[in-house]
Amino acid sequence: MSYNVNDKGYYGEFGGAYIPEMLYPNIEELRQNYLKITAEPTFQEEFHALLKDYVGRPTPLYFAKRLSAKFNTKIYLKREDLNHTGAHKVNNTIGQILLAQRLGKTRIIAETGAGQHGVATATVCALMGIECVVYMGEVDIARQAPNVARMKMLGAKVVPAKSGSKTLKDATNEAMRDWINNPVNTHYIVGSVVGPHPYPDMVARFQAVVSEEIKWQLLEKEGRSNPDYVMACVGGGSNAAGAFYHYLEDENVKLIAVEAAGKGVHSGESAATSILGREGIIHGSKTLLMQTNDGQITEPYSISAGLDYPGVGPMHAHLYKTGRAEFIAITDDDAMTSGLELSQLEGIIPAIETSHALAVFNYKTFKPEDIVVINLSGRGDKDLDTYIKYFKL
Amino acid sequence: MNRIIEKLKAPKKLLSIYFTAGYPKLDDTVGIIQSLENSGVDMIEIGLPFSDPLADGPTIQDSSTAALKNGMSSELLFNQLKNIRETVRIPLIVMGYFNPILQFGVEAFCQKCQEVGIDGLIVPDLPADVYNDSYKEIFQKHALINIFLITPQTSDERIRFIDCISEGFIYMVSSASVTGSQTGFGTEQEAYFKRIHAMQLNNPQIVGFGIKDKETFNQATLYAKGAIIGSAFIKMLTKKGTNGISTFINTLR
Repeated sequence: MSYNVNDKGYYGEFGGAYIPEMLYPNIEELRQNYLKITAEPTFQEEFHALLKDYVGRPTPLYFAKRLSAKFNTKIYLKREDLNHTGAHKVNNTIGQILLAQRLGKTRIIAETGAGQHGVATATVCALMGIECVVYMGEVDIARQAPNVARMKMLGAKVVPAKSGSKTLKDATNEAMRDWINNPVNTHYIVGSVVGPHPYPDMVARFQAVVSEEIKWQLLEKEGRSNPDYVMACVGGGSNAAGAFYHYLEDENVKLIAVEAAGKGVHSGESAATSILGREGIIHGSKTLLMQTNDGQITEPYSISAGLDYPGVGPMHAHLYKTGRAEFIAITDDDAMTSGLELSQLEGIIPAIETSHALAVFNYKTFKPEDIVVINLSGRGDKDLDTYIKYFKL
Repeated sequence: MNRIIEKLKAPKKLLSIYFTAGYPKLDDTVGIIQSLENSGVDMIEIGLPFSDPLADGPTIQDSSTAALKNGMSSELLFNQLKNIRETVRIPLIVMGYFNPILQFGVEAFCQKCQEVGIDGLIVPDLPADVYNDSYKEIFQKHALINIFLITPQTSDERIRFIDCISEGFIYMVSSASVTGSQTGFGTEQEAYFKRIHAMQLNNPQIVGFGIKDKETFNQATLYAKGAIIGSAFIKMLTKKGTNGISTFINTLR
């Protein structure tokens, strides 16, 4: 069984490109060029140089001693929170901006939920001197003011998405509509392993640097490149895709994907897509998504803005369906508690997204000799407001 | 014979109107269809509302959101249309995004369409290739014509492919845009209309996106068989309600 994308753009039965004809030339141009361009030595050279000197890679693989002692197992944290802009998102935007330049694009668009991907996109656009427009739901703009300000400082135009539920899925719709209106000069930097083929594969490849580094870093520290478990939180799924990527075909490495249960999986306020979703089409991809019986896409809920996407990338839908990855849903309360715990045990304030992955230790027992790698996908600075309100700090 | 194909033989430029089912009021569907036929419209696209209509501008988005809020669904639409063929003779096309159809079941959806007398479907996010490989037989079994879109960016090669698998007409998107965002046609559109006309395709073309009045209708149909009005019609419904239909249609001819 293969867990990678096939030549038609599918992971098993999931994926594909269910796009209106207006987007066909754009997607086709990308599909025909993304592997060719990213394989060019000059691309690879520039990509890795920027990851090293600009982003600050490799990020450390840190043995979390006190956390390990508490849960009686060996826990390593892959410190994506130490990347420039504070999360893994920038790995992908660096890759896509280099690709966009080589395709001769002069304008960049992106969608953002909490603003992390928007900031990462605005950052690389500033770096390259390219016009940048970020679509963000009106509701999110109101609750993520610091990231909106960051994008503006970086020279991006932030356009409110006023349609539908005015959040991430609507921002994505607006970005796609912009692309329909500007098909020639514009590249759309999708922020996760979602959307029509080749986006899920392309984004996964740019994020794959995470597991590429884990392999040699773990070999240095433990004398073996494969941990027993790799664990990551999943909204759309890009940090998990990056952490899983080089382990997908090696079934001795168990994969754990952690979704947001919100106020409880069956509370009506949840983002646990694998459990609550059914197969369907969202943003051009056949995958699992939360929807009504009539096929209308519903609005998910999580305390963490980065996990409340009503779908999940097609790779993850496939990992779920085949059982290759174990999916665990963690509530707001458990995530918040674990975020505070990591802060006090290791001196690292994690993004609330990441806190969901940390909470798994309360529900799943690992052996003392197990090596568990967690992708610490982002830092918690952006979530301070939420932490302050929650813990009345 | 399929009503669409029959209508395409008529020696005149065809006027097709799009509206969103369930808007402005949930039960307006049948009344709107009847008024449109009585006003002399040649063909109707019934929009099945979707929560995330990617190819549509704000006007159709808003009408879709309102229709869903009113309670519209696939099931309900088929119920409303149950007896439509007792009074209406012109071709009826359902335009809907793929996910609601997929959830209803493609086969079940097509069967329902056939039962109530729908002649064709437009599914903007069901790509021509996927249709051709996986769904063509189901559509054909239920005597449904699937209508494909082309745009100014569609390559000649792909236009030929789409022409080859089309059975009724080709929906010619007038410009690189979502619905309702045009302000009139310029030289660029004219060049595109001429280019497609010169390709001498097997299927006639009907132009959509950006047609809002008599002037744009005439421009669009100079080289094509007909034109579709959507957003402008919805705007009129929002302002004047269903009583404004015949006046609106009369201004177009």
